[in-house]
Amino acid sequence: MTDKPIVATLDGNEACAYVAYRVNEVCAIYPITPSSPMAEHADQWAAKGVQNIWGNIPEIVEMQSEAGAAGAVHGALQAGALTTTFTASQGLMLMLPNMYKIAGELTSAVIHVAARSLAAQALSIFGDHADVMAARTTGFALLASANNQEAHDLALVAQAATLKARIPFIHFFDGFRTSHEVNKVFLLSDAQIRAMIDDELVHAHRARALNPDRPFIRGTAQNPDVYFQGRETVNPFYDVVPEIVADTMAQFGQLTGREYKPFDYYGHPEAERVMVLMASGADTAVETAEYLAAQGEKVGVIKVRLYRPFSMKHMLEVLPASCKSIAVLDRTKEPGAPGEPLYLDLVNGLAEAFTEGTLASLPRIVGGRYGLSSKEFTPAMVKAVFDLLTAPKPRNHFTVGIQDDVSHSSIDYDASFTILADDETRALFYGLGADGTVGANKNSIKIIGENTDMFAQGYFVYDSKKSGSQTISHLRFGPRPIFKPYLVESASFIACHQFNFVRKTNVLKLASEGATFLLNSPYGVEETWDNLPRPIQREILEKKLKLYVINATDVALEAGMGRRINTIMQTCFFALSGVLPREEAIKAIKKAIEKTYFAKGKAIIEKNFQAVDMTLDNLHEVPVPNALTSKEEFLPVVAPGAPEFVREVTAKMMAGEGDELPVSKIPVDGTYPSGTTKWEKRNIADFIPVWESDICIQCGNCSFVCPHSVIRAKFYNEKNLEGAPAEFPSAEVSARGFPETRYTLQIYAEDCTGCGLCVEACPAKSLKEPNKKAINLHKKTDELIETGREHVSFFEKLPLNDRAQVDFSSVRGAQFLEPLFEFSGACAGCGETPYVRLLSQLFGDRLIVANATGCSSIYGGNLPTTPWTTNAEGRGPAWSNSLFEDNAEFGMGMRISADKHLRMAYELLDALQDQIGAELVQQIKEAPQLTETQIRDQRIRVATLKTALLKLDTPEARSLLTVSDHLVRRSIWLLGGDGWAYDIGSSGVDHVLASGRDINVLVLDTEVYSNTGGQMSKATPTAATAKFAAAGKRVGKKDLALQAMSYGNVYVAQVAMGANPQQTLLAMREAEAYPGPSLILAYSHCIAHGFPMERGLDQQALSVASGYWPLLRYNPVLRRKGYNPFVLDSPRPRIKLRDYAYNEMRYKILTRTHPGEAERLMRLAQELVDQRWATYEEMATRKAEAFTPVG
Amino acid sequence: MNLKTKYMGLELNSPLLVSSNPLSEKLDNIKLMEDHGAGAVVMFSLFEEQIRQENALFDYVTETHAESFAEALSYFPPLEDYKMGSSRYLELIRQASEAVDIPIIGSLNGITQEGWISYAKEMEEAGASGVELNIYFIPSDPSLDGRGVEQRYLDILKAVKSAVSIPVALKLNPYFSSMAHMAQQLDQAGADALVLFNRFYEPDINIDRLELENSLDLSGSSEVRLPLLWLGVLFGKVDASLAATTGVHSARDMIKYLLAGADVTMTASSLLKHGIRHLRRMLVDLEFWMEARNITSLSEMRGILSRQRVEDPVAYERANYIKILGGYRA
Repeated sequence: MTDKPIVATLDGNEACAYVAYRVNEVCAIYPITPSSPMAEHADQWAAKGVQNIWGNIPEIVEMQSEAGAAGAVHGALQAGALTTTFTASQGLMLMLPNMYKIAGELTSAVIHVAARSLAAQALSIFGDHADVMAARTTGFALLASANNQEAHDLALVAQAATLKARIPFIHFFDGFRTSHEVNKVFLLSDAQIRAMIDDELVHAHRARALNPDRPFIRGTAQNPDVYFQGRETVNPFYDVVPEIVADTMAQFGQLTGREYKPFDYYGHPEAERVMVLMASGADTAVETAEYLAAQGEKVGVIKVRLYRPFSMKHMLEVLPASCKSIAVLDRTKEPGAPGEPLYLDLVNGLAEAFTEGTLASLPRIVGGRYGLSSKEFTPAMVKAVFDLLTAPKPRNHFTVGIQDDVSHSSIDYDASFTILADDETRALFYGLGADGTVGANKNSIKIIGENTDMFAQGYFVYDSKKSGSQTISHLRFGPRPIFKPYLVESASFIACHQFNFVRKTNVLKLASEGATFLLNSPYGVEETWDNLPRPIQREILEKKLKLYVINATDVALEAGMGRRINTIMQTCFFALSGVLPREEAIKAIKKAIEKTYFAKGKAIIEKNFQAVDMTLDNLHEVPVPNALTSKEEFLPVVAPGAPEFVREVTAKMMAGEGDELPVSKIPVDGTYPSGTTKWEKRNIADFIPVWESDICIQCGNCSFVCPHSVIRAKFYNEKNLEGAPAEFPSAEVSARGFPETRYTLQIYAEDCTGCGLCVEACPAKSLKEPNKKAINLHKKTDELIETGREHVSFFEKLPLNDRAQVDFSSVRGAQFLEPLFEFSGACAGCGETPYVRLLSQLFGDRLIVANATGCSSIYGGNLPTTPWTTNAEGRGPAWSNSLFEDNAEFGMGMRISADKHLRMAYELLDALQDQIGAELVQQIKEAPQLTETQIRDQRIRVATLKTALLKLDTPEARSLLTVSDHLVRRSIWLLGGDGWAYDIGSSGVDHVLASGRDINVLVLDTEVYSNTGGQMSKATPTAATAKFAAAGKRVGKKDLALQAMSYGNVYVAQVAMGANPQQTLLAMREAEAYPGPSLILAYSHCIAHGFPMERGLDQQALSVASGYWPLLRYNPVLRRKGYNPFVLDSPRPRIKLRDYAYNEMRYKILTRTHPGEAERLMRLAQELVDQRWATYEEMATRKAEAFTPVG
Repeated sequence: MNLKTKYMGLELNSPLLVSSNPLSEKLDNIKLMEDHGAGAVVMFSLFEEQIRQENALFDYVTETHAESFAEALSYFPPLEDYKMGSSRYLELIRQASEAVDIPIIGSLNGITQEGWISYAKEMEEAGASGVELNIYFIPSDPSLDGRGVEQRYLDILKAVKSAVSIPVALKLNPYFSSMAHMAQQLDQAGADALVLFNRFYEPDINIDRLELENSLDLSGSSEVRLPLLWLGVLFGKVDASLAATTGVHSARDMIKYLLAGADVTMTASSLLKHGIRHLRRMLVDLEFWMEARNITSLSEMRGILSRQRVEDPVAYERANYIKILGGYRA
């Protein structure tokens, strides 16, 4: 019985979640890349009322962490519900404790995992098997899917098998490579799914649940007498799992026609060389083996599907008797182990089989590692492994895909070896995130995959920046299913959607001979050729490419599409590639536009239609001359003067050539130099600020709010202007008492994102020209950039302002403090980074930052370049990210260590007092270190001490030298978002605040999990929507400030820079000066709020004006002195919450989707605001005694 | 006492209507308006431009950052059930039409031909008893002559009339060079009612910030004169119903308008100032005034001081002006 298949183009996440949702009653979820979309889909389906196969809507519950999700899964299972969760990487690690329990209690359940690297020397969001391999001891069965179809099918096999076996399953597939690849999938019908699930087994599952009507206890504590035996009771259950899986797969095959086995063999029937591996890499190996076998090579591949329980019996059933050598490939690394897990299992299994006589001869077996963190794994690499097996003594424990010049583990491969199907179209698209390229390509895949018999595959590569990010889309189309889990190796169609890419990147490297090159060019047919750099011209000539141009940017503007050139370039692709007949394609594009933009109104649809209609008239072929005409080479990747590491390592990564870096170039322990963003000069802004020195009042607001630290100010003696470039702008210092002193505000235009917050913050207007401020955005021109570069160069030579002379207490003064956090890849107009930059300005040279995983750890620490930098003395923030959940504890460890070393330093100072001098020791120990002058004086003392210690050269002196830096007061800050502080790290934050130690916590509160795409946190406000709260957040936002105040000895502030920058500055300084725990909650506007970011400061101001975000400070020092410690810094609300909230789509959405509920929740939210304001106002009038006393 | 009247073909229990204002955004308020004697409710305006802007913003915020960053391919839940901007408005019309017995009149402020037609049709389908076209058009283009401006009104009216079968009212501004002629043209083009007058948002200038400032002051009783003039002039000259809608704060204002020839009067500012219950107060005062004069129905008083009915119709024209000047001299 095979139903007519329903076809869809889905990514692996959706393909898997589609089934998981239908066969469960409860999903306990928590966002983590790359599995978040599975949870999001489940949530959306439930919100839409999609039913599972039993006709009910699964309960979707977001938890506060993966540990919480695992606990909820465990509890829901024990109470009888069919329950699942979706996770990856560290998320799975947090689930491990519960997984032992779930397995130990023989509970039927499936956890679906988009397998991802674990954070070791660095975090990586990309795919390998480190996470699932770390879970292999839990007792869960492990079932691997190699592609989207398998992710769909085996999700069902896992569910059916777990019900039969009572052993829980991890069903996994490769993060990104499968989870995010879009491919054509034959969907299971509900009837097919239904047929695979035995309701008797479901009832049996429920019958095993806790039930007071027939009570028992489960989860006892056992003693030495029985625990051991208890562990052994489960053996029979594990013994039968492979057979159950095999039977279930057979049943599935009969139902659907798609055949699977626990181990499947592909390749030459008499293979002598066999490769064993699992998940997506296996598809590459299968394709290559079949290709080589067709040419007579005796090679084959065993694709492992059921990895645990490991059944050598099933493995041997498919291993050709002719096999002489085996290569086992693991997509993970276990440092110090005798081999990687799959390899060791094979070695063990084969040895046992040989010893027991079930195997006549023992093949040679070697193990290797490949593909860590989504490293490409190509047919060329597979061939290299097969070739390796022909060696008399093949290298064991090898690596493939990298150049290991340290341990020499890597094997060479011939990168030119490819398997290209003649009937396949391969296309590459270089675009910007903001121009809609990826979305359009996904659309094209849908058009082809769902409207024709053709197959389509898409994989999308994003860079790690959140602003001006580049995307590369890899598309394949063909008449047969496409199982090629690696990037396009040769393309017959290449589109470059941004002209500036061709100036710095060889976008034609992978062009095949005679390929079509489509370029979005601001130059016409006549001028484009001469504007191409020489290497691009050479590629076009040598490969005989056909060149087409369109000024899509202008067409988009004319059609009212702004920067979105997606539909225009998509139309060009269909017109030129011939994948579909042109008319048919345009019809399909328009149909897709109608579907995509239905909810956004006819005007949006029409402008897209117009863009499509205008496209073909503007698309032109460029006659290619016979000769190179350009003298321009590619632009340099890094700015001149970059240090060696940046030139040799960082620059390679920036150029997209990081794969070519050998092991020896990579730091051994994850330690990288600070301050590398400054060499990048991304030039991503279309508009840049220009300073008007005659209008400026030198208030410092613009530099204070700049998210990318591109606005710097200095004051200096006018003599320093000697040798200044012509038109170097400066003005008399506006403050009194500074004769002969000039002021310059310098824009770092090449590092600017063009967000416009500076203009919004500027209070100074021309007295004559109403639209002119002291800082204005101008369209970027080559001239502006060139002049700007000269000015920056001169500006940097001007003396830095002495920190001891700068007034830290005012926004005006703060502009003269050098930022030690600069040019991050955060979103244009980011609401978080101005706080982070300010932190670095105020305390950067003695700052240690513990950064929770999230946006701030990504823009703060994602390679290739990082923004935390150093001052001229080489001092600057020392930054580290441990994990998401542990950041508070991580930072507390830093404090404890600093305190311990400070005490040790004091003890050693006492011990060495006679040699060093009692006076110096006393001065050092008793030095006040609050002001910049005091800190500078202490640095001088410590330097004197160090000189003395070097001369002493005793063991004590040497020891004191190692800890003497601690004698200058360290500023330890914990940074993170609300997802960390309110949810996953909540208990840690609470513990740190209760510790009494001098730790500062800065919560960059965007009110959602921003980094993973806007999921609800406990900071999400009432009446707002978010992912996992599509119907509006119903409960109030947690009042973390009030919680923290309840301790009495915690400094607490709530700030919003856009409402009152002076209060932000004051709070930061007070928090740092307070010698106990401090908590600052910083309102951070975010792209997930849904309004143009250039209005960010306005929205902050409105949030305060509405009373939603009261500005406050709670200073225990005041309480100790007998004053009211609670200060309300913002005036009474003067507008209603709705007047602030409904400027943002996160609130507005609900009025469109659930108008009644929106009204109800807005009323509730207003009540909450009113009630909280009343509470705060009352607190502000209390006497000191009404607050918790400070010990 | 009979306060019944007819307006654009609709039978009303009272001549006091609620004109377009934010109070009608809530169903409970509409019920309260009925309870306190409103003859009909003209809903708050559906602004096509606002819907388009909102849709554009929605498109911008959902598209701009989507598919740009590996960890977050979107930042909002997918909104397949996201309703067009008009749906909430239409839903309210639907609910209000079911919840109250008085007519619910939709108010539409369009900017495109298609917008006028489609939203008017949607209002009809949602159950509106009539639609009021709030044509807010400042002819700032010097190349557009007066005839062109007039034609624009006529075109919109004709387009809507041909699309819907419910009555259509036009809310006018007073700045036509020949108001009476314009009213006649609209009347001939099928207008079921003329509403006098719309108030423009006239910008102020902040001389410190060198910025334009927009604010709207509530109308006051002193503003009744202009509508009063034209109601008096138009009474009896057009078939369309006449509504007065500026400065109606008390029964006194209502009475003046009725005497000049209005079929109905509309108020909003007074309710924003005094609350919805103020409707009842005005009606009671009207009845008191009528009783005192032994007037039992509105038809007895309507238009008795119109240009057509006063002894000296010139008083509606220049004489009025002369008299005022004379008064000052005295």
